[in-house]
Amino acid sequence: MAYSNKVIDHYEHPRNVGSLDKGDASVGTGIVGAPACGDVMKLQIKVENGVITDAKFKTYGCGSAIASSSLVTEWVKGMSVDQAMQIKNSQIAEELSLPPVKIHCSVLAEDAIKAAIRDFQQKQGAPGSEGESKH
Amino acid sequence: MTDTKRPIYLDYAATCPVDTRVLEAMLPYFTDRYGNAASRTHVFGWQAEEAVEAARREIATSLNADPKEITFTSGATESNNLAIKGVVEYLAEAGKKHIVTAVTEHKAVLDTCKHLERHGCEVTYLPVAVDGRVTPEQVAAALRPDTAIVSLMFANNETGVLHPITEIGAACRAAGVLFHTDAVQAFGKIPVDVEAMNIDLASLSAHKLYGPKGVGALYIRRRKPRVRIAPQIHGGGHERGTRSGTLNVPGIVGFGYAAKVAREELASESARVFELREHLRRRLVTEIPHAIVNGSLEHRLPGTLNISFAYVEGESLLMGLKDIAVSSGSACTSASLEPSYVLRAMGLDDELAHSSLRITIGRFTTREELDFVADLIGREVARLRDMSPLWEMVQEGIDLRTIEWTPH
Repeated sequence: MAYSNKVIDHYEHPRNVGSLDKGDASVGTGIVGAPACGDVMKLQIKVENGVITDAKFKTYGCGSAIASSSLVTEWVKGMSVDQAMQIKNSQIAEELSLPPVKIHCSVLAEDAIKAAIRDFQQKQGAPGSEGESKH
Repeated sequence: MTDTKRPIYLDYAATCPVDTRVLEAMLPYFTDRYGNAASRTHVFGWQAEEAVEAARREIATSLNADPKEITFTSGATESNNLAIKGVVEYLAEAGKKHIVTAVTEHKAVLDTCKHLERHGCEVTYLPVAVDGRVTPEQVAAALRPDTAIVSLMFANNETGVLHPITEIGAACRAAGVLFHTDAVQAFGKIPVDVEAMNIDLASLSAHKLYGPKGVGALYIRRRKPRVRIAPQIHGGGHERGTRSGTLNVPGIVGFGYAAKVAREELASESARVFELREHLRRRLVTEIPHAIVNGSLEHRLPGTLNISFAYVEGESLLMGLKDIAVSSGSACTSASLEPSYVLRAMGLDDELAHSSLRITIGRFTTREELDFVADLIGREVARLRDMSPLWEMVQEGIDLRTIEWTPH
């Protein structure tokens, strides 16, 4: 199995591994996936004045899943919540050159960032937080 | 990486390098003694036939069988097909259309059984216990008046776990039902005795015991009881009509020589390999928390270790172990994303089934290599656990089974 150089780079040098305080009102936490499926992603964002100032992840999954979540944490830092909400799995898959059997890893990463944003918005009591599930 | 650019090979259950002694025995049969073993009119054919018969004797001796009971094939997949389809087809006239096998069999057996189900057979797939084994009582209870054959592997390819073959064979014999065993992983590594173990048919493969790929054999008992099978490949009537097709003379010569070497060195080599595996196993389970050996440790091939590192996904672990060549129980690369069906059948939790490695040790493995491997696995498991949300939850005292996951 051939991984792209970008997947290998994220796998060997993952960005932003770690955890933020999930009790903090400015932190949103998204946990998606299931052990039964072989991948679970936890993605956390810290939001200050509508801007994502920090992001952390932990992922149980294959190299492509680790790379997808690592990449997303890099991307969202500095984005507004609305911008982060627009991230599409196809962008992640394209950036990492994921093969068709690994597209679900990018879908999971998109779901994770959306789940983290929704969690943050619920904490803020903001409207429009119901969101839609992809699965 | 040690002194070479290539990974350390620890996947002997997948295949083995050809032993140079075996290769040397084979070489003349490519360029010098190249006759067709079926040619009766000249010395080229006689030489080839003689070499084939010598190989047949070696393999028969290794099994405590008669040379006439050995039929050469292209490998164990063909042998499994020939054994099960051949027996079922032959016994169909007698109204016998029931097969007993187990859920952890190799696909060559399971898919053959599924094929026969589509053609009117009924198949009982026995479940296995958490140790990976079936009991003789399970087998006896599954037998019916119309059971044609029981097919259960000698040693499992993923876990190395051994079924109680002698007792299962006795249960079949007592009921007058034929017993086939896929002995590919066991042959040449532990004793396989068709008389003492009540085996009626056995599938073998050369490349699992340092012989060449593309050659195998089926042992077919000739007396008490005489097993009759319907050929599945028709043609010139080779192998007494059981399996037509020009014999792969160099391959068969290599198979015979590989069987001879394995038999002569079996006692010392199985002890050496066992000691190496135990060294690796002890290091892994003592140095890495939540490292769990899958399947019976007591009833297992000497060189096979199937081990799960909880909360680390198998494919990502393999990616970190690029300096060693091992198999993952997880088939995450396939579109199905199913973990090993063998481990699932043993009742493993999903996170453990997704986290397994199959490490198989063989003739050319050294203790230094295994120490390197133990160090590497320890480092990589620790690194991946540091980025595993499951590991984090477990450290926080959360029971993963209480969480509502979002399967996708």
